[in-house]
Amino acid sequence: MNWLVNNGDLIGQLVVAHLLIAIPPIILSLVISVPIGWLANRYAWSRGTLLTGFGLLYAIPSLPLFIILPLIIGTGLRDSINLVVALTLYGLALMVRTTADGLASVDPDVRQSASGVGFSGRSQFFRVELPLAGPVLLAGIRVVAVSTISLTTVGAVIGISSLGSLFTDGFQRGIGAEILTGIVLTIILALGVDGLLVLLGRILMPWVAVNSGRVSRRERRRARLAVVA
Amino acid sequence: MIEFCSVTKQFPGGTLVVEDFSLVIPSRKTTVLVGSSGSGKTTLLRMINRMVDPTSGRIEIDGEDTALLEPVALRRRIGYVMQNSGLLPHLTVINNVATVPVLNRVPKKQARQDALLLLDTVGLDRSLADRYPSQLSGGQQQRVGVARGLAADPNILLMDEPFGAVDPIVRAELQTELLRLQTELDKTVVFVTHDIDEAFLLGDQVVILEKGGRIAQVGSPTEILSAPATDFVATFIGADRGKRELSIRSSPSGDILVDADGRAAGVLIDSAGGPAL
Repeated sequence: MNWLVNNGDLIGQLVVAHLLIAIPPIILSLVISVPIGWLANRYAWSRGTLLTGFGLLYAIPSLPLFIILPLIIGTGLRDSINLVVALTLYGLALMVRTTADGLASVDPDVRQSASGVGFSGRSQFFRVELPLAGPVLLAGIRVVAVSTISLTTVGAVIGISSLGSLFTDGFQRGIGAEILTGIVLTIILALGVDGLLVLLGRILMPWVAVNSGRVSRRERRRARLAVVA
Repeated sequence: MIEFCSVTKQFPGGTLVVEDFSLVIPSRKTTVLVGSSGSGKTTLLRMINRMVDPTSGRIEIDGEDTALLEPVALRRRIGYVMQNSGLLPHLTVINNVATVPVLNRVPKKQARQDALLLLDTVGLDRSLADRYPSQLSGGQQQRVGVARGLAADPNILLMDEPFGAVDPIVRAELQTELLRLQTELDKTVVFVTHDIDEAFLLGDQVVILEKGGRIAQVGSPTEILSAPATDFVATFIGADRGKRELSIRSSPSGDILVDADGRAAGVLIDSAGGPAL
């Protein structure tokens, strides 16, 4: 407990550093997975090729990837960009399939009707198909977010500061409280970001709760009163 | 006026859905395409707004070949109502109705104002405006579908079995409502159904289709009922089973009309509207 009190500043810095590394890959894997997921559903050849290809990214062990990446993209060995790129690749490994499935799950009747009333291909994708795939995308990005926040700690091994630094430092100096702090904070961060995503989903997709019948008691009551009136 | 000129549609794989189909659909009237499944009626309807393009032949709207028109622009000036309403589940009622005007870049506020008026037109309470489609009954959803079809004030309204999925009582209500709307709005309505009674009720011109989009008979309900052109038509409208041959029979509580099987089909009234004495 003493260790925790004496190192408040360090912990604060590491939380910020951790988030700065973890958040870009979460956003990037969502954004990049959309065109790839679209392409996967577009042609007969593309689905199997892209989904298998991106799925395999997850099979690359992380430590060798950290060493190979700087050689490929020309960054320094300890540059945090390496970690961001690696985590984005892992994020895509999960997200591309989810996005492709989400887009494919849009009701064909809704598609037909959207094109029938005069949505162009592009507006139909952005205003109908993408929003309707939203709940599936959200489910996928929640997994990516939690896994990315946990994977970020691995960067400490190659000297990139994050909550993972508390593990490496704690092990070297034999401070159990430091290691425990790292673990607990990582979990809290993951839960926090997950909660934030759920909240964001509720705000951006208000129809989901309504359509799945999960309406609040107050809304149900209001609906009943409206019927009576 | 919409004109089909020897239109043929063959789907990839070789199925001939429609073969050498020609028909004139007069303006400001309701034309009903009626047939069983496989008669190509929905395909024919979708060829009007180019959701399906013909393999050969031509479709003209007021003399303009639709093949030369841009499909998206064409669809935005033709109302389209489909079975199960086809509403967008992620938009509220009001935004569903305003869909096409918003696509046509009408300012959002204006589009929503107009949409509220359309809710009145189709007999929906304005308090439903901010609901999502899943919160409405089937009949209400279908009314929203009709309102959306009317939103761009199109001359042509295409309706693909719009009342097929609602219960008989609501269906009757919606049919009456459509008849009322049509007297007010004067659109060119093309309506697809497999229900011959619905066709006779709504259609100024009824087109009875056989397999492959072959026309068995075209005419007003009166013409078809009084002189079915073929055995197929007679079977289809039920004339061969005596369903359309009504006779008067006296019963203790008054005269009733019965069909050839003796089943009660209605009562006889005099032209003033009261029961016949």
